[in-house]
Amino acid sequence: MNQDLLGVLVMFGLALGLALPLGRFLANVFRGDKNALDFLAPVERGIFRLSGIDANREMTWQQHLVALLTINLVWFVLAMAVLCTQGVLPLNPDHNPSMSPDLAFNTAISFLVNCNLQHYSGESGLSYLSQIVVITFLQFVSAATGIAAAVVIFNALQARTTDKLGNFYNYFLKSLTRLLLPLSLVIALILAFNGTPMTMAGKQELVTLQGDSVAVSRGPVAAMVAIKELGTNGGGFYGANSAHPLENPNFVTNVVENVALTLIPLAMIFALGFYLKRKRLAWMIFGVMTVGFVALLAPTIYYEMHGNPAISQMGINQSLGALEGKEMRFGAAASAYWSITNTVISCGSINSMHDSFMPLSGLCQMLGMMTNAFYGGCGVGLLNFFAYLIIAVFIAGLMVGRTPEFLGKKIEAREMKIAVIVTLLHPLLILAGTAMTAHLYAGNPTEYAGWLANPGYHGFSEMLYEFTSASANNGSGFEGLGDNTPWWNISTGVVLLLSRFLPIIGPVAIAGLLARKKVVPESAGTLPADTATFGVMVLAVIVIIAALAFFPALALGPIAEHFSLY
Amino acid sequence: MKNQLLPAIRLTLVLLVVCCLIYPALVWAGAQLAPGQGLGETVSKNGRVVGYDNVGQKFDRPEYFSSRPSAVDYNAAGSAGSNKGPSNPEYLGTVKARLDTFLLQNPGVTKDQVPAELITASGSGLDPHLSAQGAYVQVARIAKARNIDSNTIKSLINNNLEKGVINPDRVNVLRLNLALDNLASASR
Repeated sequence: MNQDLLGVLVMFGLALGLALPLGRFLANVFRGDKNALDFLAPVERGIFRLSGIDANREMTWQQHLVALLTINLVWFVLAMAVLCTQGVLPLNPDHNPSMSPDLAFNTAISFLVNCNLQHYSGESGLSYLSQIVVITFLQFVSAATGIAAAVVIFNALQARTTDKLGNFYNYFLKSLTRLLLPLSLVIALILAFNGTPMTMAGKQELVTLQGDSVAVSRGPVAAMVAIKELGTNGGGFYGANSAHPLENPNFVTNVVENVALTLIPLAMIFALGFYLKRKRLAWMIFGVMTVGFVALLAPTIYYEMHGNPAISQMGINQSLGALEGKEMRFGAAASAYWSITNTVISCGSINSMHDSFMPLSGLCQMLGMMTNAFYGGCGVGLLNFFAYLIIAVFIAGLMVGRTPEFLGKKIEAREMKIAVIVTLLHPLLILAGTAMTAHLYAGNPTEYAGWLANPGYHGFSEMLYEFTSASANNGSGFEGLGDNTPWWNISTGVVLLLSRFLPIIGPVAIAGLLARKKVVPESAGTLPADTATFGVMVLAVIVIIAALAFFPALALGPIAEHFSLY
Repeated sequence: MKNQLLPAIRLTLVLLVVCCLIYPALVWAGAQLAPGQGLGETVSKNGRVVGYDNVGQKFDRPEYFSSRPSAVDYNAAGSAGSNKGPSNPEYLGTVKARLDTFLLQNPGVTKDQVPAELITASGSGLDPHLSAQGAYVQVARIAKARNIDSNTIKSLINNNLEKGVINPDRVNVLRLNLALDNLASASR
């Protein structure tokens, strides 16, 4: 038992230990300072020349957003085209069919926004061409988009007055060439050497030891799984995601994958500190996020290691914890750790089935996505946190009766309005979506009987989890949900779009507006943003806005289920 | 808009070459040096491939160690868990039925000796492992079915036990069953 907890500590320690130097490296890359991968500069210049892009042209925040949204539109069209026609395109050895338009819409949006609501199963739902050209491709570029948006904010928060915030394509491409591609290559090779397939050959038919015929799905798995974790996308090659023994063959790969998905969100916090030369600010942010993370992690590990009380009542030995939906090579503690890292970070890959976790563990997973700012996804985690920061500065300023300032810039009504809209959008989408769906279901339970795999409170949790996951751009699910229907495909697709792009546009706009303002010199009246006191303030804002908004809904689902079970 | 669209399309085309051609090709080339050459690691018996080292398979004959229950009946081309919630009465009925079946097939075993993994479905439906206790509790049945000494089988389990340093101890069911078959052919 204790050795399992040691595994959890090793995974967090490794991620933190690697994130610090990576943060310093990223700050150098994005400031344009000397760094170890400068030999790639000619390659990057070549890519820009082929694309007809001047990467030195400084952009305003509006120009950044136009560039970002335009290229995302191109990717959406590409993804839709491939998914709707994959059945007749090459590289389809298993003869999987083309997707229906509503499923293709959901899938294309889902990966475009760095989410992975997979309303299909990889083995039978995608061709190898789609796995590479749609899924793997979008996993790279959507992660790079998030990082680039965060770097625009880094740039804007410097102590100067300007309109010019660097070049979007420059940030975007360097995220790929200096970070995502090299690290993915290393991770993919580690996976391949541990037994993850990397082949264009189709299924292998074989006869098992006791004489059954089975077909084993293979494919270009290693290349895809590496960026799936590193880019915090989370969409698995196989239906069972990283619970699948070919996608995550042993505990070594489990550590590698879990560290990979926590690495960039952590590194970006430190990159902010190095970039702005405000290390204390980075540690304050890290501290707040880690307190939130541990508060969700500890109960989950506790409940999973203690097993299901309904099964204990049968007189069964549950010394290894609750094992429904879990794999023996990971065990209860590492599965619980994985589930919380993947929900606080909007990765959403799974190595065990969240639907079968104990009720309060499911609650912690949902709260990780509802707050969506404890580490968070590649780049976008910091964007969400930034919106909370602005609100905290404003409230703290009102409390002491001074004009609120953040890093020498006045926070005024306009910035505040944007921050509030962005943070309140999240509960609105989740709660309105769940309410509408619950209303539909309650009106006609026989017609929609296929939606829910579990009755009662847990069935409600399945619906709530799906909208939470969509709005957090997370992608994991209580997968018992029968979600490949037009209602689910379209409703969650719309939620995905709104909840990806508005939380990018809002914080970038705030940062752009702040960058234009005069720098107010620090004085005795300045509220310092890099202290523990302010950290507590931010945490309080997150708890009040995020957690309390969701409490009534959580009471109907996981909390009610908990009290029916314990 | 047009000024934005054209560079966006051209950059996308270049990146398709980088991310979807060069990158997978490099991984593929590296994987050729890996055990199994990127096809996954297979297990053979008498020169015939009988499975993948880490893909669990169905064993329902009494003379083999059974694997964990699978929500997809060990379909290695359609992995999934049961996704049953912890309080679902129908699910708890299934668990109870599995327990009763197991106790029936393994006379002499008491409830508290049955570890949870033998009556709960795995995450992938393809879990290749059991805990040591999950194997020990099946020894008596196998010894009877194969007519060999139970101590021999126990030592087979101990030899195949993979000790975890920071993860649980476990034993690979396919390899264990292969060892059982080898034992039988060696004594013949």
